[in-house]
Amino acid sequence: MSIIDTSSAPTVPARKVEALKPDLLLTQEHHMCPGCGEPLAVRQFLETIEELGVATRTIAVAGIGCYTSFSGSMDVDLVQALHGRAPSVATGVKRMLPDSLVFTLQGDGDMVNEGLQEVLHTAARGEKVTCILLNNGVFGETGGHMTATSVIGQRTKNSLDGRDAEYHGYPILIGDLIAQLQGASYVARGSVHNAGSVARTRKMFKRAFESQLRGEGFTFVEVLTMCPTGWFVPTADGPTYMQETLGEVHIMGELKAEGRVRTTEELHAENVAKQRELDEQIARGGIEK
Amino acid sequence: MSATTTSDRVLMEGSEALARAAIAAGCRFFAGYPMTPFTEVLEHLARLLPEVGGVCINAESELEAVGMAWGALATGARAATGSTGQGLSLMQESFSELTLAELPLVIFNMARGQQDYFQATRGGGHGDYRHIVLAPQDVREGVEHVQLAFHLADKWRNPVLIYGDYLLAHTQEAISIETVAFPELPKKDWAVDGSLSGSGRSRGVTSLGVSKVGEPAMGQEGKAQYIATKIPLMEREVRVEQGYCDDAETVVVAFGSPAKFVKYAIAQLREAGHRIGYVRPITLWPFPYAAVAAAAGGPNVRRVGSFELSAGQLVEDVRIGVGGQAPVTFIGGVSTDHSGFGVGRILDVELIADRILALHEDRELPLIPGYEQYSYQIQEHQK
Repeated sequence: MSIIDTSSAPTVPARKVEALKPDLLLTQEHHMCPGCGEPLAVRQFLETIEELGVATRTIAVAGIGCYTSFSGSMDVDLVQALHGRAPSVATGVKRMLPDSLVFTLQGDGDMVNEGLQEVLHTAARGEKVTCILLNNGVFGETGGHMTATSVIGQRTKNSLDGRDAEYHGYPILIGDLIAQLQGASYVARGSVHNAGSVARTRKMFKRAFESQLRGEGFTFVEVLTMCPTGWFVPTADGPTYMQETLGEVHIMGELKAEGRVRTTEELHAENVAKQRELDEQIARGGIEK
Repeated sequence: MSATTTSDRVLMEGSEALARAAIAAGCRFFAGYPMTPFTEVLEHLARLLPEVGGVCINAESELEAVGMAWGALATGARAATGSTGQGLSLMQESFSELTLAELPLVIFNMARGQQDYFQATRGGGHGDYRHIVLAPQDVREGVEHVQLAFHLADKWRNPVLIYGDYLLAHTQEAISIETVAFPELPKKDWAVDGSLSGSGRSRGVTSLGVSKVGEPAMGQEGKAQYIATKIPLMEREVRVEQGYCDDAETVVVAFGSPAKFVKYAIAQLREAGHRIGYVRPITLWPFPYAAVAAAAGGPNVRRVGSFELSAGQLVEDVRIGVGGQAPVTFIGGVSTDHSGFGVGRILDVELIADRILALHEDRELPLIPGYEQYSYQIQEHQK
């Protein structure tokens, strides 16, 4: 067979590039800065909901941050929560409508600073909701301030010389905390800094939503998102900067799946081992297919 | 309001009666955090709600309790939370914001005394908002008020607070939970259930004045204006009781459980020939200013007193109502038991009657026994 099958008409008509938006977005327009990773993450979970065919029983609960402006453009029933309080609001929604798919949309400032207690208790209760964390390690909306996930050395408006562990304390690996709780059934950390990470993150959303729909427990997907504005780096440098800073600390991978808990440290060790194996293969004369 | 069913009266603790009244009103979600003297309301709902297919969550904090109720309300369910005034302090951010989101929350405040009058009627949260506040004088009225609260909350899409206390929560009375019938209310077409997701007409429950793309949005200013113009309309829900005011020379204003003591004291003083009347605000907001003004404007009125278990909060509304027609005197005082939870020494008919009579006879108010030892003495550097 040739690369493009021309034996019959394609089953799905070709769509214009400019029309490429999830059906669950009312407009392609958004209010994010150039280079922002949040729209990429929003697209992935909205398309996952479409793929699962559960749109008409989906309810979103939005926190407060840049992403809040998607509450007007996401074509899903939505409850706006206070900063940090989305998990408890989602709890009330889900308990009254147990057959629905309920997710929260929160940032690191919202979830890990203001609402840390909320998300931990919601996870511990095993509420059948999915909390989505868009983690860029910075308060984007206020203009680039340190959050509880900012990494050591990260320069923000209130850590001008870089986050200093001695003075500012250490970042919280929120996924690790949640994975330890019995009520959590699926915990993963993805990213949107390149095509591969987007594809992996998409699978994480799917697994999380499916686990929620099976009623297994609390589910959590963290997505590292670029924020060149809040990081004070050129737009095009966002993905690289993210990989080299946040990506080195908040390691991508599944922290809890099918009952198995892996720490960020273990994910890191696995990545190092994989890389070493690749390096050795290359040294032997190339990667075997 | 009219009672439609009557069951046999049983001896029941106030907390249980309030819980059963909530269920009779269709409440199906409750979240709370234990705190004396509110705890038993939570206990009874935790036991009773699952029996009718409802949910009661023992929340991890007051902040989460009100958040959970918020979510349940957004689905159109009748939902409530509660605490004491102290616990409600923690919920104030949500209270003001969910009022802007027009969510019909019912709040059970089993307060430690009456020092939370300002909190209840003015609120501690940000922005312009008002909650309807019902202050039952006893368990029987509490059962009625709980049902009224759920009705008014839905009628106005605005929170309603029940101002109770240790006595309301813990007194056993022989009562029957009679279901109160109210006029039918519009369907909650604003509530979210996911059914319109993906239709282009999905809904949003928000305090922010934003809307879905393509629909007109109020904006923050418009939303604030919209809520501001609803407030005067809700004032028609004012409720008040008064007695002996026609020929009264002295009028006493009191609310909640203490009002029942005041009414009893005044009835006794009347028998002894003293022309004293009372006004009992049943709604603390809207406050019955007109009724207080009319009572204070009676042909024989020489003075007005405010009896309340606080350092003087209600008295400010009484002054606004009286409007200078007569001098207004605060005749209450801080009164809880030593623990701070219960009923203090002032809630005593004899003591109350003494204070009312002193006011009536223009004598100095009698000292409250045991109070002097705690009175603040001015320091040298403050003179």
